Order: sequence, then C-alpha cells, then structure tokens
Amino acid sequence: MPAFSPHPPSPPWGLPGRVGRRLLSVLGTLTAPLTTPLSPDDYLGLVDPLLCARHPAGVVTAVRPETADAATLVIRPGLGWRGGHRAGQFLPVGVELDGVRHWRTYSLTSAADAPGREVTITVKADPRGKVSPHLVHRTPPGTLLRLGPAQGEFVLPAPGATPDRLLFVTAGSGVTPVMGMLRTLVRRPGPGPDVVLLHSAPAPDECLFHAELGHLAHEVPWLRLHLRYTRTAGRITGRDIDLLCPDWRSRETWACGPEGLLDVLREHGEAGRPRAERPAGEHPGGAEGPCVRRLHVERFRLAAPAALPSATPLGPVAANDGAGGRVRFARSGVEVESAASVPLLEAGERAGLPMPYGCRRGICFGCLVPLVSGRVRDLRTGEVRDGDGELIQTCVQSAAGPVVLDR
Amino acid sequence: MTSTVRDQLMPTPPSKPTTAHPLEPPPWTDEFGTELDRLRAEIVAGRGARDARYIHRVIAVQRGLEAGGRIALSVSLLPPAWLAGTAMLTTAKVLENMELGHNILHGQWDWMGDPAVHSTTWEWDFLTPADAWKHTHNHLHHTYTNVVGRDRDLGYTILRMSPEQPWRPVYLLQPLYAALLAPVFEWGIALYDLEADAVTAGRKSVRSLFGEIGRLFRKGVRQAAKDYVLFPLLAGPSALPCLLGNLTANVLRNVWAHTVIFCGHFPGDVRTFSEADIEGETRGQWYLRQIQGSADFEGGFLLHVLSGNLGHQIEHHVFPDLPSSRYAELAPRVRSLCAEYGVPYATGPLWRQYASMWGRVVRYAVPG
Repeated sequence: MPAFSPHPPSPPWGLPGRVGRRLLSVLGTLTAPLTTPLSPDDYLGLVDPLLCARHPAGVVTAVRPETADAATLVIRPGLGWRGGHRAGQFLPVGVELDGVRHWRTYSLTSAADAPGREVTITVKADPRGKVSPHLVHRTPPGTLLRLGPAQGEFVLPAPGATPDRLLFVTAGSGVTPVMGMLRTLVRRPGPGPDVVLLHSAPAPDECLFHAELGHLAHEVPWLRLHLRYTRTAGRITGRDIDLLCPDWRSRETWACGPEGLLDVLREHGEAGRPRAERPAGEHPGGAEGPCVRRLHVERFRLAAPAALPSATPLGPVAANDGAGGRVRFARSGVEVESAASVPLLEAGERAGLPMPYGCRRGICFGCLVPLVSGRVRDLRTGEVRDGDGELIQTCVQSAAGPVVLDR
Repeated sequence: MTSTVRDQLMPTPPSKPTTAHPLEPPPWTDEFGTELDRLRAEIVAGRGARDARYIHRVIAVQRGLEAGGRIALSVSLLPPAWLAGTAMLTTAKVLENMELGHNILHGQWDWMGDPAVHSTTWEWDFLTPADAWKHTHNHLHHTYTNVVGRDRDLGYTILRMSPEQPWRPVYLLQPLYAALLAPVFEWGIALYDLEADAVTAGRKSVRSLFGEIGRLFRKGVRQAAKDYVLFPLLAGPSALPCLLGNLTANVLRNVWAHTVIFCGHFPGDVRTFSEADIEGETRGQWYLRQIQGSADFEGGFLLHVLSGNLGHQIEHHVFPDLPSSRYAELAPRVRSLCAEYGVPYATGPLWRQYASMWGRVVRYAVPG
C-alpha cells in the first residue's frame, strides 16, 4: 500500500544522478565530452539498464505472496541506485504498463542494514488501482523497475538514538514500514528496546506477515504483539489502547494506517500531558498528538495532502469529480481555491506566482509542472486522472480535488 | 488516391500563393474541428506498448549507429572505414535531430512518463539549446503557423515568403543566402533562436539575450570540441579523415534538415495568414489554418523516419503532440476528411515540393 508521507516524494527526475560506484563515475567524467549532449550513462543504460545512474533501475528477483492480494517483491537494485535506506522509508518505483511508466511509492520492508544489495517492498493490490494489482499478480521475476532514492521521515532512529520504549500502532498495510523497523531491530546486537505492536487486520488470513509476526513475538523477548481482527472484534478504540498498553502516552509512538486510526490516537491522547518539544525540521506534520510523547504518523496516499486542515473530507478524491479543488504550490507555500474550469496555470498566476507558460492551449508543453499529488482534469477532454509525480500541462489541466504542485 | 480527387483537392497550383484576407470561417468549421478532435482522442486512447517499443528501438538504433560511426572513423585512414563511418554517423545525426530530438522536444513521448525520454529533460546534438528551440518552435511557430508578422519561422526573419512582407532590395539576394544557409543550418537556427529582433522590438531584455548567448556559446564549444577536436585526436593517425568525416556528417545533416523543414511550409500552394485571421480563432479555425499552412511530401517508411515523419507535416501541425509513429496512419484519414470538406491538402513527391519551395524563394526575391 502506498503511503503518503509529510514529505511528498519528489519524482526521480531532476535529482542529480549519483553513480554508485566510483569507477563508473570516473569513467563517466572522462568520456562525457565524447557523448555530449548525452551522457555516457545513456549508452551504458542501453547495454544494461542496471548500470544506468541517471535513471536507476532494479530487477525483481522473486515475488513472494503474502496474502491473497498482497505480495513481497525482492528487488536487486542496479549500480546506479543511490543505495541504503533507513528503516521505515519508502521506495519510489517506476512500473511500465502498456508503454506508460507509472510512479508509486511502497514501504521498504527489508531490514535497513541487511548485507547484500537486495531490498524488499510489500505491496497490497488495490482493486481500484492499476499499478498495485499488476505488481502483486502479474510481475514475473526478471521484471525491470525504475527506482528512486528511498525517502520519508517516518523512520526508526539510529541505534544510539532509539528510545527504550516504543509503540507501533498499525492497521492493514500500514504495518509494512513497521515490519522494516522490526526486522532492523531484530538484527541489532544487544538487548532490544521494549516494543509494543498493536496491529489491526480484517482477519488472520488477510493479515500481512501473519506467520512472521507470530514467530517474532514468540522468539523475541522484547516484543509484545497484539493482533486485532476487526471483522470480528471491531476497530480499535482509545480504550483498547489504554488496556493493551497502559503506558502508551509515555512511549514514542509510530502510527501508520487509515486516517480513522490516527484520529483515535490524536483524540485519545488528550490526557493533559505537556506538549513534547519537536526537534526543528524533523517529522514535519508528524508530532501532531500534542499529548502523546512523540507521535510519528504516516498516512495512506488517498488521504488529503498533509498540509490541508484535517477537517477536509478524506478518502478517495474521486468523490470530488466535477468540482475544482484547493491547489497548493508546494515550493512557494501558496494555497488557492480553484474552480473546475480554471487551468492550474491561471490559478497560479492569479495567486501571483511566476508560472512557466507558452502557447496556453496545450500545444507547446512550455508550461509543464510536476504534479506532486492529487487529481487533475484535462480541460480538452474532461478526463480526470491521478498523476502523482507526473509532469502536467498546467494550461489545459484543472484541479479535480485537492492538488499539490511542485512550484 | 484517384486523379480526379487529387485535382479536386489541389486545383491547379495557384500562380501565386493566396494569402488569406479576413474571411468568414465556413459554417462547418466547428464540425470539422470536432472530427479532428475525435481522431486525436482515438490515437491518444490507443497509445501504448507498441509506440513505446518503437521510440526505444529508434533510440537504440541511433546510438548504435553513432557508436559504430565513431569507431569506424577512428580508423578512417582506410577509405572503406571512412565511407562506412561517415554514412553511419550521418544517419545517426539525422535520426537524432529529426525522429528523436524534434519529436521528443515536442512532448510527443511525454505520455510514457519516462524521464529519460521527455521533453523537459531531452537535449539534442544540434547547436541551438533545447530550451531556446522549444520556445521559438513549439510556442511561436506552432501556435502562429504562417501568420505574417507572428510566425518568425515564415522565412526565418531573413527570407521574404509572401507578398504581405514588404519588399526590400536585400531580398534580391535571398535565393543565394537561402542556399548558403543549408550547409550551416544548425548555426542559422541557433542565431535565429536568440531572437535578437525581439530585443530591438522591445519584446525581450538585453540581459536575457546575453544569458542565451552564454548558453549557446557553452553548448557550441562542447559540440565543436567533440566533433572537431576530441574524436580526431583519439583517432591518432586517422585524425584528419576523422575530422572530415565528422564535418561531412554535420553538413549533410544540416542540408537534409534544411530540405525537410523548408518543404514543410514553403511550397507554393501553402497559404499564409494575417493577424486579423487569428483574432478570436476557434479550435476548428486553428485546425484549418494548420492544414492550409503546411505541406506533406510522399515517400516510403525509411524516408519518413529519416525526416522525423515531417513528410506528414500537415498531420504534425494538426496534432503536434501525437507520437510521430502515428502520423503515417493519420495521414490518409486527415486527407479524406479534408476531401470531404473541400479543404485543400498540399502534398506531392519530395522533389516537387522542393522545386516548388525554391520557386517561391525566387518569386518573392523580386517585388510584388
């Protein structure tokens, strides 16, 4: 399940290509004048896409089914991938479907400091989506995926900075980043911290990592696991959390799941504790539960972007078809309401932003701006689509719900 | 196409190109536009893996030819190596400019969402930097196609291509400098893309002109160093033939690009328009102007690939952002639509369009 982080993933283009291996980098510098305006990398990528540094790729080496509609993909990144990740981060993945490359982000579920270069992502097929079902059901080993650098601030602190007592509250595929953290903790030498995991899933056979979690809880003395099957027991409430983990307000907490779950934590955390100081620049949008000791949250992608007031109706924005939406220009921080018929280019200009533009009628592609998240409507055809991470023609696209532009 | 229909489409080529006067648009203009919109939607819906494979194959062939050409030219003391190397490098440069550069920079392949093949990231082996060219070409030329006073590509500010442009004595020399332009076409386009005339007209600041000159200069140095210094040096004893091979490839590519591009808008039966024509122009009217302001030429698959499918110039101007690989299938459909509505559709063999283009260059060199 893709996760939405307070930091929306930037699309992988535009990032400076970093050659993972020194040799390639030196070779590249030496031969660059011969291949200008292309880079030597463009030729290397033709020989073997895994050597390409400007457009890093990885190859799927195995696909392990987790539940009926979820699978773990083992990926061997190529030389060009800027290696390494912190436990809890997500990986931007470019998947080619019928000639079109779609970018999605999935939580990394392999341990952060595992030897070797393979990483895993665990994907739950969203029946309404087109990329996740493809990854889960129709991706044979050998498939090539483009990879972006691991991103996200919903992470496990480094060994020295990890608190003594941790609480993880997850639901559904929200357990995926936490699985990466648990696997990382297990690998760390010495006694582990005191960890409580409260995980909700509809039923045992729909619970991701069901066997491994049970096994861990049995083997690892420092982990307490509470699985809740919501189909029979209902959703977890604040009272449940109090009963299962009485000291939860004093634990540093990582929560990942649907907005309802995060609301439970926020609302129920109002026990009048002093607000914890939030380290500047860290976990923006994170420490929202003023009374929980430090709450890190990771939202699902379909929720409204983090900067919107939480009163904004959440859930699939498809409900807003036919209406305009709130447009946020991420770099300048400007937000405006924009009607369904107003091109995003105009919305930006009305807000006083310098927007790139050209012909203003969809011909010249001079107005392209990366769409960070949201749905846009093609004013020429009326077609509404998701285009996260894509470059869109702002002169012929309007907002169809909340939209965030990288401008 | 039967000759009767052809005659109907192209009534005897007018003795001089008709330049439109503000006319009432035909009553069926909107309907005609809707038909073209439908055609566009159909292609957009059908774009997929087949098209993606095509462009990736062209990229692979182009880079393979370029690498092969460079290798052969590094031992070009041997005449067969020189010939093979020059031929491969010329073909690579032609493909790179036409089927790849021009079309990718148009955004024709942006739908693939591949940052490696994208109008915003692509840079080409042509002197003018991609950004400068995208502005004058995609924006100015494609929006204001053949509008006298607005489309700078109409004669590239140095040629007189329609009676609306006031005659000056220097135009007497235009057949000469139009011909001289061909072998150095990339330099001509690079200088033209600086839009120095826009500075004197006050549409552009001197500061931004200097910025662009700087970018052009840096690119020019890299381009020239590659073809005229580094590869010849690497070729050791074959330095001179290697340099001559690179020079030949660049010149042939320039002449070919000049030919294809001049045949797209300057043959005799292509119309020009006045600024009054485009006031409040609807989408249907825009389509009509694009069709009447462009000319196709006929040829086989290879000719079309090597010309970046600009032999389908009309289709390109009607749908500049559709993948070039689809223009061949669009051409007969656009043409029959034009026949149905009685819209003139200029096409012919390459040689005839080329001759007609030169006829026009010579005609407007003299007053009238």
